[in-house]
Amino acid sequence: MNSISQLPDPAATPLADIDFSDPRMFLQDNWYAYFARLRNEAPVHYQADSPFGPFWSVTRFDDIVAVDSNYQDFSSEPVIVIGDPEEDMPLDMFIAMDPPKHDLQRRAVQSVVAPKNLAQMEALIRSRVADILDNLPLGKTFNWVDEVSINLTTQMLATLFDFPFEERSRLTYWSDMATAAPEISGGNADPQEREAALMDCLATFTRIWHDRKAAGSESFDLISLLQRDPNTSDMVDNPIEFLGNLVLLIVGGNDTTRNSATGGVLALNQNPAEYDKLRADYGLIPSMVSEIIRWQTPLAHMRRRATRDLEFRGQKIREGDKVVMWYMSGNRDERSIDNPDAFIIDRENPRHHISFGFGVHRCMGNRLAEMQLRILWEEIMQRFSFVEVVAEPKRVQSNFVRGYETLPVRVHSRQG
Amino acid sequence: MPKITLVEFNGADHTIDAESGTSLMLNAINNGVPGIDADCGGACACGTCHVFLDAQWLDNAGEATSLEDSMLSMRPDREDTSRLSCQIEVNDAMEGMVVRMPEYQM
Repeated sequence: MNSISQLPDPAATPLADIDFSDPRMFLQDNWYAYFARLRNEAPVHYQADSPFGPFWSVTRFDDIVAVDSNYQDFSSEPVIVIGDPEEDMPLDMFIAMDPPKHDLQRRAVQSVVAPKNLAQMEALIRSRVADILDNLPLGKTFNWVDEVSINLTTQMLATLFDFPFEERSRLTYWSDMATAAPEISGGNADPQEREAALMDCLATFTRIWHDRKAAGSESFDLISLLQRDPNTSDMVDNPIEFLGNLVLLIVGGNDTTRNSATGGVLALNQNPAEYDKLRADYGLIPSMVSEIIRWQTPLAHMRRRATRDLEFRGQKIREGDKVVMWYMSGNRDERSIDNPDAFIIDRENPRHHISFGFGVHRCMGNRLAEMQLRILWEEIMQRFSFVEVVAEPKRVQSNFVRGYETLPVRVHSRQG
Repeated sequence: MPKITLVEFNGADHTIDAESGTSLMLNAINNGVPGIDADCGGACACGTCHVFLDAQWLDNAGEATSLEDSMLSMRPDREDTSRLSCQIEVNDAMEGMVVRMPEYQM
């Protein structure tokens, strides 16, 4: 390996010479020391140059909460990832809008994940989880990401959209393509393949929209909800906004839960004493789920734009400056979380984490995500004494999605 | 130290000796009242300490800020009497106040 492709020494390199957007930090899972330095030495840090242009890094928990909940000073427009909008394929989505437009579009769809609906979904999710787990190969090494995490979350996504079930793997493919552009997150998608995938997504859902409209659907899937709300009932006529919101809902319902479903297995394998605690008390599953979501932090960052010249924690931020909140750093901030690098499934205040974001853009599907992970672990513990990680995971190259491509495991049946 | 009664969605009620000058959310948490999550710890940033006040107490509780209003507008079960309990500072005049909790926090 030549020296250019190596990351700089996190302790000895001047902060000005470190690129905090470098996706290899996440691919190699060695970002911790770099961001600990920022939290300690320059918690609101300006990087004058990067592949994504100049940007501020906000790295402490409380500072992230302050930026995230101040939409007047820190706008979510035009995009919420570090990379700037693509000229040839602009996408509008409500996560990248400010109030009041954001509120109108989000309100149209959020009831799909209201806990009242979730209670009705619980039995369906449990039967699917059981089916997935009962068909895992005993005594053989397999990829947990494909067989369990992707399988489970893609089935859920198909249900939320009422998407043709046998074609559901297309949703996963579109989701992966959407986030993997080099200029958006440092990913490695081929631009032409990505554009073709997103156009296919748009065409497919445009067809579904019109078919469903013609059929007069009264169901509570996301498309029907958009059609019924007067603020979004003609969204299909605005392809940039329709595709943008599709991408938002697909990625939001897919990547995040998927990577937490994998991260939990990895965390328990790295912390065998915690796995023993879980084996002794399944009642810890709900708090463990929150801890997994904190520990994994499936989305590494959200990006904002300063709407005016302002001073924040002693730093002069100028109008138009890009401000990146690094969620995975906030979740490891010892000022707000005791012993933050440790994975502790019975933490005192496990819900106090930053993974769902804060403010008006706080994750809409947070309770659904928690429920899926809770059911997954309840059913795992009924069946397996040990989900054993047998080789290192392969991680996703991205400074946005903190995820896994592979996690080779073997499952050990409780019956031995 | 006004006495405030918090009523869960299932009707179970909890009367607490609240501490004036601190938030209603903190009083509920410190007294172990279920039904308030308060994920963000009181920063008006998560919406999981949602409560309904009896209409007669709305004036005393003060005006919601625009941020609180935005957070509340995300709630499918919002009512005219909805507030985030982390944004309500308890005072002595709240003696006897009754606060209802929603079916769920999200």
